Amino acid sequence: MSQTGSLMSGGLMTFVHRRRRGAELFLLVLALAVGIGAYAAVGLGLEGEVPADIVGYGGWLTALIVAAHVTVRVVAPYADPVLLPLVAALNGLGLAVLRRLDITYEALGFDQHTFARQQLTWMTVGVVLFIITLVVLRDHRVLQRFTYTAGLVGIVLLILPFLPVIGREINGARIWINVAGFSFQPGEVAKVMLVIAFSGYLVLHRDALALAGRRVVFVDLPRGRDLGPILAMFGVSMMILVLQNDLGSSLLFFGLFLAMLYVATERPGWLVVGAGLFAAGALAAYTFVGNVQNRFNFWLNPMDYYDVTPGSYQLVEALFGMGWGGLIGRGLGNGFPERVPFAYSDFILSTIGEELGLTAVMAIVVCYGLIVERALRIALISRDGFGKLMAVGLGAIVALQVFVVIGGVTGLIPLTGLTTPFLSYGGSSLVANWVVIALLLRISDQARRPAPRMDPVADEAEADSEHTQVVKLK
Amino acid sequence: MNKPIRVVSVFCLILFMALLVNATYLMYVRADDLGQDPRNRRIITATFSRERGAILVGKEAIAQSVPSDDKYKFQRTYSQPFKYAPITGYFSWYSQTGVERSQNAVLAGDDSRLFVTRLVDLLSNTDPKGGNVQLTADAAAQDAAWAGLEDLPGDAQGAVVALEPTTGRVLAMASTPTFDPNGFASHDFKAVAELDKQLNADPSEPLINRAIGTTLPPGSTFKLVTAAAAIESGNYDADSMVPGGFRFQLPQSSDTVGNYDGGNCGGRRITLTQALQVSCNVTFLTLANELGNEAMADQAEAFGFNSTSLEDLGGQAASLYPRDMDAPQTALSGIGQSSVTATPLQMAMVAAAIANDGDVMRPYVVDEVRAPNLSVLDRTDPQSISKAISSTTAEELTRMLVATVDDGTASPAAIPGVEVAGKTGTAQSSGDRPPYAWFVSFAPANDPQVAVAVLVQSSDTSPDEIGGGVLGGPIAKSVMEAVINR
Repeated sequence: MSQTGSLMSGGLMTFVHRRRRGAELFLLVLALAVGIGAYAAVGLGLEGEVPADIVGYGGWLTALIVAAHVTVRVVAPYADPVLLPLVAALNGLGLAVLRRLDITYEALGFDQHTFARQQLTWMTVGVVLFIITLVVLRDHRVLQRFTYTAGLVGIVLLILPFLPVIGREINGARIWINVAGFSFQPGEVAKVMLVIAFSGYLVLHRDALALAGRRVVFVDLPRGRDLGPILAMFGVSMMILVLQNDLGSSLLFFGLFLAMLYVATERPGWLVVGAGLFAAGALAAYTFVGNVQNRFNFWLNPMDYYDVTPGSYQLVEALFGMGWGGLIGRGLGNGFPERVPFAYSDFILSTIGEELGLTAVMAIVVCYGLIVERALRIALISRDGFGKLMAVGLGAIVALQVFVVIGGVTGLIPLTGLTTPFLSYGGSSLVANWVVIALLLRISDQARRPAPRMDPVADEAEADSEHTQVVKLK
Repeated sequence: MNKPIRVVSVFCLILFMALLVNATYLMYVRADDLGQDPRNRRIITATFSRERGAILVGKEAIAQSVPSDDKYKFQRTYSQPFKYAPITGYFSWYSQTGVERSQNAVLAGDDSRLFVTRLVDLLSNTDPKGGNVQLTADAAAQDAAWAGLEDLPGDAQGAVVALEPTTGRVLAMASTPTFDPNGFASHDFKAVAELDKQLNADPSEPLINRAIGTTLPPGSTFKLVTAAAAIESGNYDADSMVPGGFRFQLPQSSDTVGNYDGGNCGGRRITLTQALQVSCNVTFLTLANELGNEAMADQAEAFGFNSTSLEDLGGQAASLYPRDMDAPQTALSGIGQSSVTATPLQMAMVAAAIANDGDVMRPYVVDEVRAPNLSVLDRTDPQSISKAISSTTAEELTRMLVATVDDGTASPAAIPGVEVAGKTGTAQSSGDRPPYAWFVSFAPANDPQVAVAVLVQSSDTSPDEIGGGVLGGPIAKSVMEAVINR
């Protein structure tokens, strides 16, 4: 029967995906257990009792997750069932860790000690946007129409922090805007816009970029005239680095573009050109930007810069903390995460490493790995080039961001300022990442949905889908 | 586009594997190294906040941690701070000294011998507690030693060490002036730093444990070593006739050295016993000159000179007997002058070795290590470190020292009804400062239970009164009585 179905639908689509919404619900229960359980553990560890607001907090978290799940069930029934539980678990754990830091910050008399509550508000906004995205956007290919609009919006968002009235420089990086009392990082939204813009641009021009060029040694190098876009993107990245003093975002945008360019053209030559440009840019940055040079030295010899300013105090304290945490951690409330500046944002992983140990750090890295894996899997099975490129781009954002920030905090690579998706405190980042997940679910819903029926016989094919075999697509 | 997507997947896999490997390296392999870093305040604060074990003398906790309601949860308190400071040392946020330092792993609960306790704590989810340390000190002896030093006139600087000759157990160890470890244990770190600065600048050096950290010429108490070397050479016994007289002509020199009181020790030829009884300089200068630098150095080293032997406390100075002294210096070393220096602990070891048939026992202050529930985890075994003299030599020397107390310069240490062996000492110091007063003794002579060394480094007593054991003798006597009467 399935063969009949495949013949009927043009010999391409034979495998019909199951919806797996029940599996998603089961995983979401586990994810909620992680989030609410961690919140209870924070109360037990620091105050000796389960927090009084556990019911209200747990209820709110559950309501958000159930709302997201119901939305997926209704408007994207074929969407990937693993992504939502993964981000629910990470977001829930992040909230619990922020609550843990709040208690200590309050005890120490810090001004800011309501990170968890604010983050819960931002999560609510994020989930609402997640729902809106899925409800409004019934087919991701609609976005292709907005290729240049998205590109323009992305660039404008990146420029916003430089504008005199609303731009803000916080902690040495000019990546903030301030509107009506709310601080926002437009770069977090810009990265989503740029993925849409790149996807639309590359899916149109991939042939020109892929086919022309000459072969040097074993590598097909692109034509000079096709270098325009990559040079432009390189320019934007360097601008972010030099003007905004933001090494992490610069790396993220350029790496994102490079990955999408490579996937669109299938030509490793672009990687060679990109890597060359990156190396040149990195060398120039090292030579001319003092900040970059410092970061590099702190990374190589963190212990030598412990008590100088600017120095590696933050990194070394994080390393001390994580080393002290060891395999299973000190337990929530038994560490000293407040010794690490910005433990609630960029360095939230050091808090987790100190109090929950290597075990939790590995679990979190694996969770991120699974998010990336699901994104790339969506890209593989997506039927349209635009969807493939978007899924790759969104997956690459998560992969690069996680690698840059976790690698930086654990001393694998030089430290750059980026938030840890879903864990770190930060409204812009959290909201943008919920939208990223919504987009991925929309693309996967399109990809996994049974092919449009060409023939009444297909009904039976769908009924029999459970017995069909996986046929490898190439 | 699927082929490059697979390549990107593999690349992402490599990135995440790198993160996992690096995290494992950092948090498992490198964790110990990071914990050793002195700048790692987490380790220090955690140790500081733990319920640290007690330091016990007898059944009394002289140092213990009591709950406090600040963020460090426990406050270290010392019940008899000054009296025991040289042994306990202090425990501050910055560092530790004394037993607090040497037994830190046990007290903090990190010692491997406490593994089972820690496991139980982990499983029952109770906060880890440190183990207890039982000292060898005898409360009565320590009280006597401390009271003796306290009662010295003026701002005396001095030290007392009492050993159990058969084992090497340190029964008492006191030093003045000293410090209050409670000040260092304060949670007001600013005040602690201030106190540390102030005590370090104090010219009377209150942070030094004089019993083990101050080396001074041992003076006439070193005549025990000279006499031991002479008897060990086989040419002398307690009744041998040795040269007395008014003055000794130093070799290779025009200088002569007389006796302390300017007398002739009772004749040109006297017995070795009489020479020790009257502490005759001429006799021991002659003997040291005759025995030579090598024989004297061998004997001194057999008693423990030129090395340190106490392992439980830091801040020890090695007592010195140089092997490269020329003839006049060697002769002078026979009466504990020239380059010979000794700690009170070293002189107590000399007395203890004579009391213990010539066996030098390693001194120790930690008797037992106990789990928080007081079950004994480990006990220090007495250990012989050398055979300084034969038992017959020891007998001869004991006989001579008993005579010195009964009928000689060491009479202030006599205890009615008990045979006491003892020797005074007075060493020259420069200028117009009074000389150092020494006193070593042990008792009872037939069954030694305690050997004592007393050093009074400076006090407001006139030099005349120092020589006759006036200062050291009564202190040694009260410490010996405390042990014998326990």
